[in-house]
Amino acid sequence: MEQSIDTRPAPSGPLARTYRLICSAPFTARLGMVFVALYAFVAIFAPWIAPYGEAEVVSRIPFDAWSSQHLLGTDQLGRDFLSRLIFGARNSISIALVTTILSFGIGCLLGVFSALVGGIIDQIISRFVDALMSVPDLIFILMILSIFGSSIPNLIMIIAVLTSTRFFRISRAAALNVTSLDFVEAAKGRGENLLWISVNEVFPNILPLLLSELGMRFCFIFLSIAALSFLGVGIQPPMAEWGSMVRDNAALINMGDITPLIPAVAIAFLAIAVNFVVDWLLNRVSGLNEEG
Amino acid sequence: MNKISHPILSMAVSRVGLGLLSLLIVSLVIFFSVSLLPGSYASAILGQNATPEAVAAMEEKLGLNQPAIWRYFAWLGAAATGDLGTSFAGRPVMTVLGPRLLNTITLASITALIAVPLAIVLGIVCARFRGRFIDKFLSTSTLASISLPEFLVAYIVMMVFAVKLQWFPSMAGIRSSMDLGEQLYRMVLPILTLLLVILAHMVRNTRAAILSVMSSPYVEMARLQGESEGRVVMRQALPNAIGPIASVVALNLAYLISGVVVIEVVFVYPGVGQAMIDAVRNRDVPVIQACALIFAAAYIGFNLIADVISIISNPRLLHPR
Repeated sequence: MEQSIDTRPAPSGPLARTYRLICSAPFTARLGMVFVALYAFVAIFAPWIAPYGEAEVVSRIPFDAWSSQHLLGTDQLGRDFLSRLIFGARNSISIALVTTILSFGIGCLLGVFSALVGGIIDQIISRFVDALMSVPDLIFILMILSIFGSSIPNLIMIIAVLTSTRFFRISRAAALNVTSLDFVEAAKGRGENLLWISVNEVFPNILPLLLSELGMRFCFIFLSIAALSFLGVGIQPPMAEWGSMVRDNAALINMGDITPLIPAVAIAFLAIAVNFVVDWLLNRVSGLNEEG
Repeated sequence: MNKISHPILSMAVSRVGLGLLSLLIVSLVIFFSVSLLPGSYASAILGQNATPEAVAAMEEKLGLNQPAIWRYFAWLGAAATGDLGTSFAGRPVMTVLGPRLLNTITLASITALIAVPLAIVLGIVCARFRGRFIDKFLSTSTLASISLPEFLVAYIVMMVFAVKLQWFPSMAGIRSSMDLGEQLYRMVLPILTLLLVILAHMVRNTRAAILSVMSSPYVEMARLQGESEGRVVMRQALPNAIGPIASVVALNLAYLISGVVVIEVVFVYPGVGQAMIDAVRNRDVPVIQACALIFAAAYIGFNLIADVISIISNPRLLHPR
């Protein structure tokens, strides 16, 4: 009997476990991971990969055609399109990533805190979140940006706060399920403080769910920053950003030139890749729940 | 007495009340966020000509020397009667937005009329043939297309149908002087784009709603009784999934709102979304407030409809414990 309890080989460390996890992933998820890694590589090493500088005017001809010197031609000011595309990866992804992590932090901390404290404080925070969620995100962002002006810190703060409402909802709901369990009661009985309980007891148990939410929200944030830049109220020139690159070069589309669509396709591929990974994670989480 | 005889009615009424309450809160947020405007409201209107005397005169004219609460109720009262103030450019907001609102509503409702039945049918097909090729194909392609930025979909549609095939004009600048056929002809591409944008969400949600019902015991029972899979989906699962489906459909119509803004800008369609973007660029606060109020009202309205439908279709929700 004792031998049959543990039939699976014990995980031999986090690295091996991660490796086995990746091997068990379906094709779409693996494809997604490869793409995410590729984007990360381009974003990190942008200055070394890009043939020209980010805001460097390299040609006197705006909207120049594709050539050996400028692989994707030049943009409306005669800057190298490919270089701006590569720097755009860095700017777009890093801003979306910072925003996501910030909102994840705010939302989850408040959510778990709310669930643990309960009572009137929980009610106040929840109603406030409900009020924030009852305005469509894009409209809210547009309104606040028009008041504070569109700078990158403003953009990050506004989107982070608005998105944290989603993290709050999901982490509060998940934490409520966990807080009623014995080991949390026991920790409370030991006299541990709330922060310790959230970090050590509640958080590890709701992490898989939160991680898939994290991936999904990253996509949403990434897409909404691109949309805002496209509308001309997001990231401002001369900084290269994929959404604003589409907008600035949109005139070419009516001439049948697909160059302006390349940044948009780049946005789409990253979002699709992340969604594929998230979809697999979500299936795993729900699968685990069914077994448990 | 009414409560006992019409539980659904009283429930619906209380939901409408809640909806109005959240609209009230939203209007508070919209109004008071303006008082965060750096510098005074009056000097923002005057721009470069903001001498202290001119600012004082403008504040007097706009009633800004009155307390904020009083101004809020005045604004709200006027808004309720359809008067949304005067834009910085000096025209009444309602004359600017009125025709545009009509255009946006036309665009959105035509899209909804096509999208809703189509999405439900496709969702049912996915659920019926779960795990088969058609389901995998639709699930993967809808997952991919919810990740596309709206403007990419819009430009691809424009590229194919306006530039390459030249079937439709790339700019949807409709005017009231055009006859109905001409207007509809120009609206085809924006409608097609919006359709593609929201269809994917709706199909996925419909599929999920039916599948979650499919895992319940009575569906298993019906299968054991030897009913065909198609009959199980149509007779057992669908009626019980109508509530969730209706609510995801309504929620997705709310999602239309952000799609509408981007697509109106791409196709230069004269709607409220485009007006809002112009106003944000010019920092025309009264217009922004009005647009935000309109969009928020529509959003809350759709959520309300979703709530009411799911209550009506699920009697258990009528007696919350």
